[in-house]
Amino acid sequence: MNDAIRKVVMPKWGLSMATGKITEWIAAEGDEIASGDELADIDTDKIAGSLESADEGVLRRIVANVGEDVPVGGTIALIAPADVPESDIDEAARLAREELDSGAVEEVAGPVTGTVEVEGRTLAYATLGDGEEHVVLVHGYGGDKNSWLFVQEPLSEHRTVHALDLPGHGESVKDVGDGSLDTLAGAVLGFLEAKGIARAHLVGHSLGGAVVTAAAAREPGRVASLTLVAPAGFGSEINAEYLRGFASASSRRELKPHLTALFADSSQVTRQLADDLMKYKRLDGVDKALNTLLGTLLDGDRPGIDAAPLLSTVEVPVAVVWGRADAVLPPANASGLGEVAFVDDAGHMVHMEQPGAVVSAVGRVAGDGG
Amino acid sequence: MARTISYREAINEALHQEMERDESVLVMGEDNAGGAGSPGEDDAWGGVLGVTKGLYHRFPGRVLDTPISESAFVGAAIGAATRGMRPVAELMFIDFMGVCFDQIFNQAAKFRYMFGGKAETPVVIRTMYGAGLRAAAQHSQALYPLFTHIPGLKVVVPSSPYEAKGLMIQSIRDNDPVIFCEHKAMYDATGDVPEDSYTIPFGEANVVRDGEDVTIVAIGRMVSVAEEAARTLSSSGVEAEIIDPRTTSPLDTETILESVENTGRLVVVDEATPRCNLATDISALVAKEAFGSLRAPIEMVTAPHTPVPFSDALEDLYIPDAQRVTNAVKTVTEWKS
Repeated sequence: MNDAIRKVVMPKWGLSMATGKITEWIAAEGDEIASGDELADIDTDKIAGSLESADEGVLRRIVANVGEDVPVGGTIALIAPADVPESDIDEAARLAREELDSGAVEEVAGPVTGTVEVEGRTLAYATLGDGEEHVVLVHGYGGDKNSWLFVQEPLSEHRTVHALDLPGHGESVKDVGDGSLDTLAGAVLGFLEAKGIARAHLVGHSLGGAVVTAAAAREPGRVASLTLVAPAGFGSEINAEYLRGFASASSRRELKPHLTALFADSSQVTRQLADDLMKYKRLDGVDKALNTLLGTLLDGDRPGIDAAPLLSTVEVPVAVVWGRADAVLPPANASGLGEVAFVDDAGHMVHMEQPGAVVSAVGRVAGDGG
Repeated sequence: MARTISYREAINEALHQEMERDESVLVMGEDNAGGAGSPGEDDAWGGVLGVTKGLYHRFPGRVLDTPISESAFVGAAIGAATRGMRPVAELMFIDFMGVCFDQIFNQAAKFRYMFGGKAETPVVIRTMYGAGLRAAAQHSQALYPLFTHIPGLKVVVPSSPYEAKGLMIQSIRDNDPVIFCEHKAMYDATGDVPEDSYTIPFGEANVVRDGEDVTIVAIGRMVSVAEEAARTLSSSGVEAEIIDPRTTSPLDTETILESVENTGRLVVVDEATPRCNLATDISALVAKEAFGSLRAPIEMVTAPHTPVPFSDALEDLYIPDAQRVTNAVKTVTEWKS
């Protein structure tokens, strides 16, 4: 195959994804594509999202049809410079089509999951990529490592990217101890220690943003950069009603209305999202963990964390990303944070709604990793 | 961490974790430790289909191998529950419940009510139901409607390994008598189940699949039959919403009614025989509470009103299958007034 032809493949969003279905081609054959441009909407049995291009050139050929089940790793389109001869494209498309029809698509290695022990607490993580530089993704309150699914894959092209489950979350231990910021920061630093990672770029969302800031303040030598996505601990506004509602909801019916506060586009609140969260909330110990952490996040109806003094001691590059439609931690909280990338069409879950904005923010402070 | 395990393993894990957590949890039943004609305790079978395997030696003295006298050991379990233990009694086949009905529906089910709310009876009776294993008329019935009928009992009919584990743990922690109905043809069915303990609350239905065109309420093993039908229907453009009530008592009527208000059509799939079963119960509920939403008469897919046949060919015809569900959905979606 002509080396100038780049394959666009079905991405692997999350550990359990085996196939995906294109619901709409956003780009058309002949379109000029820049890196980060949205190519297609893809639906999996878990989640729907938009695939962003990792390459640039002309979208020369669409291989997979709308509605077709395509295995992860299967070629769905071809991108190449305009001067690649049509006959080469025909040949590459024919091979890609044959591969899809035969079902003999090479399995794509998904994230590798594992656990580490930090001060007697088991922490779970998922690692993707094998680049020299390490990135650690730290989710927010009630989230887990899978919330980074749209971000982890593009970041891992040139880096080793770990998505961590904080104590009380995902598959990590449900004991959060005192639930303090310091305890959670200790878990992140303990993870680095346990994995033998001397220095990492830390990315934190919401509560995770405050956690990575505290980690950087505590052990500056271990942190190469910070990317804060709608971080907690800055400004004076917080949606206490959302946090309490999330913590106390005991059924999908109770939970679902609260979840709409997370997204700019409320259609992101799918039954699957609510189901997965209820599966998490039903685990023994989660109720206690969420309530303990609620005490960290809230002081009455006001924010319970002040991370600004911690950030002022941090000397590494810092990027801040905030959704303009954030209804949990409003973007007004960002005043005083210097340069902030405000993102349109994104609520609190910027990394799910506009993952490209988070990927490029990490790129700005962490370099291209290559 | 969630991994794929079987329905049998899910129930076994729930029992393990609860016995580990709470010393008052006991297991009792026939053939837990071999039973008649076997080498005895060293050959702990874990019940006739091996669901409690491994518990006998792991929890010495807390797994009781009982004589073949259901009225005695179910009565003993209920009595122990009134004194603060949390026994899980295994009554091999739901078909055998007849010999201990007094203990279950006239004693256990009545204590809380008759003692002014002061008495608690945290007993779980595990039992196998359902056709499909060529076990003939006396070992194949789907009798959960009988228990659903009795106020004071909670009735659980798990449809997958995930539901089985969470509902079993909830059953053990619940302070009322629970009849836990396991479909004997599902023990090898597999699914994702978290390793950690978790509970699924009673009376909260699971919406297994979203759809706009028809609501299918399915009980226990019939959930997977409805899912198979829904896949076929989807390829012909009909999107079915599938609701698994998970517990028939208490019943999550709200989820069922909300769905029918949206789709305007209802098919109920129930492996029980058709008189006074869950299909008639749920149909009556919807006819009364959501009549104005219905755009077609309700369809019920059930077993026929006969004993379960021993003939393989007849037994296969007896059990509701995906084709019958598909046909019922077509009847309601194509209905013209």
